[in-house]
Parts: sequence; structure tokens; C-alpha cells
Amino acid sequence: MPRILNHAPWLVLAVLGAFALGTVALARGETINALWLVVAAVCTYLVSYRYYSLFIATRVMRLDPARPTPAVRHNDGLDYVPTNQYVLFGHHFAAIAGAGPLVGPVLAAQMGYLPGMLWILAGVVVAGAVQDFMILFVSMRRDGRSLGELIKAELGDIPGVIALFGTFMIMVIILAVLALVVVKALTNSPWGFFTVAATVPIALFMGVYMRFIRPGRIGEISIIGFFLLIAAILLGGQVAQSETWAPVFTLTGIQITWILIGYGFVASVLPVWLLLAPRDYLSTFLKVGTIVMLALCILLVAPPMKMPSVTRFIDGTGPVWSGSLFPFLFITIACGAVSGFHALISSGTTPKMVENELHTRFIGYGGMLTESFVAVMALVAASCIEPGIYFAMNSPPALLGTTAESAAQVINSWGFVITPEMITRTAQDVGEVSILSRAGGAPTLAVGMAQIFSELFGGKGMMAFWYHFAILFEALFILTAVDAGTRAGRFMLQDLLGVFFKPLQRTASWAGNLIATGLCVAAWGYILYQGVVDPLGGINTFWPLFGISNQMLAGIALILATVVLFRMKRERYAWVTMVPAAWLLICTLTAGVQKVFHSNPAIGFLAHAERFSTAANEGRLLAPATSMEQMRQVIFNDYLDAALASLFVLVVLAVLVFGVLSCLKALRSDRPTTREIPTGGATARAGD
Amino acid sequence: MSGLKSNLSRFRGYFEQTAKLMVGVPDYDTYLEHMRTRHPDQPAMTYTEFLDNRLQARYGAGKAGCC
Repeated sequence: MPRILNHAPWLVLAVLGAFALGTVALARGETINALWLVVAAVCTYLVSYRYYSLFIATRVMRLDPARPTPAVRHNDGLDYVPTNQYVLFGHHFAAIAGAGPLVGPVLAAQMGYLPGMLWILAGVVVAGAVQDFMILFVSMRRDGRSLGELIKAELGDIPGVIALFGTFMIMVIILAVLALVVVKALTNSPWGFFTVAATVPIALFMGVYMRFIRPGRIGEISIIGFFLLIAAILLGGQVAQSETWAPVFTLTGIQITWILIGYGFVASVLPVWLLLAPRDYLSTFLKVGTIVMLALCILLVAPPMKMPSVTRFIDGTGPVWSGSLFPFLFITIACGAVSGFHALISSGTTPKMVENELHTRFIGYGGMLTESFVAVMALVAASCIEPGIYFAMNSPPALLGTTAESAAQVINSWGFVITPEMITRTAQDVGEVSILSRAGGAPTLAVGMAQIFSELFGGKGMMAFWYHFAILFEALFILTAVDAGTRAGRFMLQDLLGVFFKPLQRTASWAGNLIATGLCVAAWGYILYQGVVDPLGGINTFWPLFGISNQMLAGIALILATVVLFRMKRERYAWVTMVPAAWLLICTLTAGVQKVFHSNPAIGFLAHAERFSTAANEGRLLAPATSMEQMRQVIFNDYLDAALASLFVLVVLAVLVFGVLSCLKALRSDRPTTREIPTGGATARAGD
Repeated sequence: MSGLKSNLSRFRGYFEQTAKLMVGVPDYDTYLEHMRTRHPDQPAMTYTEFLDNRLQARYGAGKAGCC
């Protein structure tokens, strides 16, 4: 009897969650409150954490609290430090939370909030949290090795190199798409551009202060930096009003692109203490603080969801991104449901600091559930603004035209009521000249956040401040990701190129550094530039490519986890990783093949190239090209994108084949063949 | 009363540790303790050196040397 009583509170939670989810799912026509989504999400998380993650921990992994972790065995007070689980949870969460869970759900809202919500919840419980937890476990049992090294050790050298190459390509796409989000948010926005530009001198000041004035005072300088940021937002408002200064900070997308490319290059070769580290402090603390604040504000404000639960665009004709619900919804919301990028973090610093094996459940599974909650909040913020405003902000100029009148007319024809005055008034409220076609999620999220925050603090008069606060919050950590990503990409590239030409591998050599940095910046810069000049808004083309590559990395990570389970002779539990891996492969391979071969030029790269080729042969020009030279450029880019998408498909298929072979080999063996560090052996690893 | 105070200061300690680890800086006292007990013969890094070492480990190419 007491055993059953133990489960009673969880049963209540499950029933409550099911009721909330039912309310969300069955609402037709009437507006529901955002709190229903919050309750449904939190109940799902708690119940899945209590039961499913416990099942994985005790049955599948058989976590052993007595087994010494890498932190215990190699304790050096630096890289390997046994760390309190709550402290480590904070570190892990700060590392996995980024732009992904904020942008994806906003873009997915074009189909209504229900499809996105269901995928976020189902995805995180069955796929995302399982992946993070499993990779953390696998890496922890192998001295905290990285994903690439793990694939090499468990699947073989060739899949290891393939995965390393795939990871580099994914990194390039991520950087380009993230930078594109920033460009879209700051184009023709003197207030936004000034504020974000001001973070560079602020960070430089912080770096010098930390180095020479008060060394090591991280907390103190971060607080000073925070107040300087607030001052920069306020000053930005003045700049936007000023007749002299506003034009100076009003830049086109192409100008901002070149500035970002130059910035990315310089920032990643400067000493880290000067710019990168202080920026990192600001962006990390601002990110975590704002996420907490958003959660509290949603609870207190309890905004109604104005977006319909399902819109007509589930048929795949939506203006924000093209393609039908399957497979494209599942790659649009990547982080928040499942993100391959997290496999890199879970095999990075976190496994080296785990104090006790049992803690990985809270850090790995729990950390991803928290990240998923961030995605739910982003979905709420995007769905609580007027749907008409949402589509005005996220549809490309090729559809809307460039005036509030033309935009309102088009959006009304889609069945969402909006007047030109509403569009211009919203722009005025947030202190911008125009909000039309600001695709990329960040500005939409900023409007939603500004609406929620201003209900509690400052009312309508503060909306412009909160809007730019939200833009700054996103731009700051995106730019930090661009700096840090360019550095990491450069090291990866030096590693890869070093295979062919040894001297490049020396990361201390200036020539090697500059060449690899240049190549890395050129790679993402090229894609970014293409995205900026794309008449469909760039996000339309590149977000799916990012989603495909990110989910494919997750697929690769789950294949690795499956192989490990087979080699541990626990194949009877391998469905835990095989089911999500299969689903991700089905989604990403379908999406990848459709991106290449789909007959609709809005989806398929080859069809798009075909359309431009036909026009070029007939001597016609198609927008955005204004010359034959540019027509050829568009065609070339289409082939390049098609090649990229095909490459991703091939990488995944190769890893899948190697994975299946490894599983079969493990099945034939009558004892475990996995390469874990033995239970008791305190064999210190030579410093590699 | 003193119990509450020590609880508060312990909470503050965890908060500070979490915030620092979020930006890649582990606890310096733990490092000192480690050096004192495990390597009493070797000099420990000063706090500034320690920070610099962690900075290189977080963003640099080569990993910091293992003890």
C-alpha cells in the first residue's frame, strides 16, 4: 500500500498535465491562457523526469554511485573537479541554452502553437533529454572524451573523421544563420545597432579593468558592465531620435554583414581576455537572468494566446518557411526538442566535473528539460502578439511589399485581421521605423517579450526600452557564439587541414591562425551574405539547412549511444536510443532529400536553380538578380546549397552504416566489448 | 540565528560558484585545497594566474596541462 501511495502525487501531476494538454489541444476558436501551456509542459517534465529518466538511469545505464567519476580519478582542481550537482547544472544549462530554443519555436508558430508545442514536449522527453543524458553518461565513463573521439573509439577511425568534418560544416551553418538573425534584427534600426555596437567598447573596458585595474573581480565588473549596457540602451533611444546621429547608425543589411564579417575575424584573433571573455560574462549572465525573468513574468502576466492553435499554413504554404508539417516542423524546432549541438557540450567540460554518477540524471536529462521550457516560453511570447503583427514581421518583402498598406492587404487575404495603422503603431511602440519583414525570430520574440515585460514594468511607455533590451539580450549571446564559434571552427579546421599539411596544425603559428580564421570567417560570411541578399529573406532558405544539420548531429549522437548500448550487451534496452534516432533520421533524410529534389522552387534547391537557368537562357532577369552575372551567382548558390544538403545526407548515411555494422559485431560477441574506463582503475591519462 | 546566517552564507557561496562556473571559472579555494593536500611540494598558482589558465582552457586551442 505505501508503495502505491508513493506514486499518488505523481498520478495527480499526470492527470493535471493531461487535462492541461487536453485544454490546449482541444481549444478551437476560443482564446486560451498561456498558463495552460506552462502547466502542461511542467507536468510533462516532472512526470517524465520522475519515471523515464529514472528508468534510463537504473535499468539502461545502471549508474553506480560508488564508481569513481573522471573528476574524482583525475582531480586536478582545474579541468577535473568534483562539483556540486546544482552548481554543475547551472554551468551545463548556461552552455546549452542559446539562440536555438528561442528562434525555432517563433518560426514554427506560423503553423499555430499546437504543432510546435506537441513536438517540443514529445521531442524533449523521448529524444532530446535522452541524447543529452546518454552522451553525458558515455563521455563520463570514458574520461570526458569529446564526441569526435568517442565516435572514433566506438565506431572506428573513418566514421570519426566523417563526423569531425560534418561537425565543422554544421558549425559554419550555425554561425551563418545566427549572424543572419542579428543582421535581420539590426537592419535600418539605429537604436538596435547603436546598442549592440556599444557592447564592443563596453567589453573592451571590462577586459582592461579585469586585467589591470582590479584583476579577477568577475562579479564586480559584470555588474558595472550590466549598468553600462542599460545606459547604452537608454542612450540608443536618444541616438534614434537625433537627426545627426540616427543616419550614422542606420545601416543596410549588406553593410552590417560586412561589419560582422570584419568583427568576427578581428574578435577571434584578439587575445581572449580583451574582448571574448568579458563579452561572455555579460552575455551569459544576461541570458540566464533574462530567461528567469521571462519565466516569472509569464506566470504573473498570464497572457492570452492570440495565435490560433493551428493555422491554415500546416499545408506547407506558409510565408515564414516553406515545406509541409512533416518533416519541416521537426527540423524548424531543433533545440528545445532535441539538439545535436548539445552532444558537443555533454562531451565537453560537464562530464569532467561530475561528482557522482547519479548526478548525470539531473544534469543531463534535467538540464535539457529546462532548455525545453525556454522553448515553450518563446512559443508563448510569439503567440501572444497579434497574429497579423507576427506575419508582418516574419514574411519576406517578396510577399508583403515594403509598405504597411500593402502588407496589411496581403495578411488580411490570408485571413488574419490587421490594419496598416496597427503595423505602424506597433513599430512606433517599439521605437522602430518599420517592423516589416524582420524575419529570424529575434525581433518577433522581442516584441512578445516587450509586451509581457511592459505589462509589469512601465506600461506602454517602456515598450521600446524592453524591445531593445530583448534585442540586445539575443544579439549579445549570438555575437559571443559567433566569436567563440569562429575560434572553435578555426581549431577544428587546423586539425582537419593538418591531416594534409602538417604546419597548419600548429595553433601557435600566426600564419596558420590567420589562414584558418580567414577560411572559417569566409565560409560563414559567404553563406550569411547570400542569406542577406535573398529576396525570400534568407531565413527561409537557411534555417531549414541549419535544422537539418543540427538534427542530423543529434541522430549521429544517438547512433553512437545505440552502439555503446549494444557493446555493453544491453541491447534489450537499445530502443531507448534507437526510437529517437530512427525518427530523427526519417525527418532529416526526408527533409534533406526534399531540400535538394523537391519540385517546388521554394523548397527544392535544384528546382530553384532550374527556374533561374530557364529564365537566364531566355534572357530574362528574376528578382533579386539585377544582371546576368547575378543570375549566374544565384544558380551557383543553389547548386552549392544542394551540395551542402546532399553532403549532410551522405555523412549521416555513412555513420548509420558504420553504426549498424558495429551493432551487429557487438551482437556476435558473447561479452561486452565497450571501451569504458575500468571501475576501480585509477589509470591517469597522459596529458592529451 | 547563527544557523540561518551560516545557511545564507553557504547559499551565497553556491550562488557565486555557480555564476563563476557558468563562465568557465571553477572554484579557486577548491583548487588551493587540492594543491595543498595532493601536491604540497608544488607552488599553487595565484588567483590571477589561475584565471588566466582557465581562460586559455575555455577559449584556447591546447588544453591546460594535467597534473
